[in-house]
Amino acid sequence: MTDIAAPAEATAGARPGVPPPAGHPPTSTGISNEKLAMWVFLGSECLLFGGLISTYLLYKTRTNGQLSPHERYDIPFTSISSFVLLMSSLTMVLAVAAITRGDHKRLRSWLLTTALLGSVFVSGQVYEFTAFVKEGMGFTSSAASSAFFTLTGFHGVHVTVGIIMLVSTFVLSLRGRIPQERAEAVEIVGLYWHFVDVVWILIFTVVYLVK
Amino acid sequence: MSSDTALADVPGTSPLAHEDAHPSDTHYVRVAVLLAVMTALEVGLSYIKGLKGMLLVAPLLIIMALKFGLVALHFMHLKWDSKVLTRLFYAGLFLAVGVYIAALSTFRIFNNG
Repeated sequence: MTDIAAPAEATAGARPGVPPPAGHPPTSTGISNEKLAMWVFLGSECLLFGGLISTYLLYKTRTNGQLSPHERYDIPFTSISSFVLLMSSLTMVLAVAAITRGDHKRLRSWLLTTALLGSVFVSGQVYEFTAFVKEGMGFTSSAASSAFFTLTGFHGVHVTVGIIMLVSTFVLSLRGRIPQERAEAVEIVGLYWHFVDVVWILIFTVVYLVK
Repeated sequence: MSSDTALADVPGTSPLAHEDAHPSDTHYVRVAVLLAVMTALEVGLSYIKGLKGMLLVAPLLIIMALKFGLVALHFMHLKWDSKVLTRLFYAGLFLAVGVYIAALSTFRIFNNG
């Protein structure tokens, strides 16, 4: 991306006839536009998930005479899912550390491991949703179930998008499109992945554990 | 002033400083182990029958906040990155928390026991 908004003082170091250094052109903050954009996006995502969690808290007792979602939760199962997602954050940060060192083989291993752990988490969520529907708690059964499925479903979609990003990064790395100088691209994917993880930390406590 | 010098003058924004500040893999593993222990503690607390109401909710929320902070600071590198990013992220977070606590209060959700 061309940094058309780079201020004069940030580009003042460019000398005629000397090619610019590899990587992102300098910005006034010293942070690349892509990374800054991801953080702004994550800040706005806090508001989205804040709204969905608040809606769940507001409606969780409106069960339409049925069992509440809380009475149906399988806490040991969800705890294992949470553990899997937490560990995927570890493998993601190890992938970022690997590309920072220029270790492409380990980058690809950790990216695949992260995608695999994310897939296990999403599979667990699909299993949980299926079990709830079989027990009679569908999306439109009650306000509580609608709020529950919307919140956890939105999170599941975010994890799925993250898995697509991880697999795309893996393929790009295989084709040699992610040299060590572009380690920040992996870091940005990692930021999104860790955000998905911290949102689940909130959901797991507020939705599943707080009675 | 060259661009490199200009960037190095801003605390936490020097590309070299950022690269050097990345901790070792062992550090990340330690943080992950701590996160796993805290998760186990959370689940354990939720099974203690004597703990109800704020006696259960308060420690759960504290552990949740600690886990959130650990991931944001260490895995998302906010501890070592530019403070601009920390401010951006926490601005969104605290705005969300403030807005929704206010919204939920209007529905008297905190008065239901």
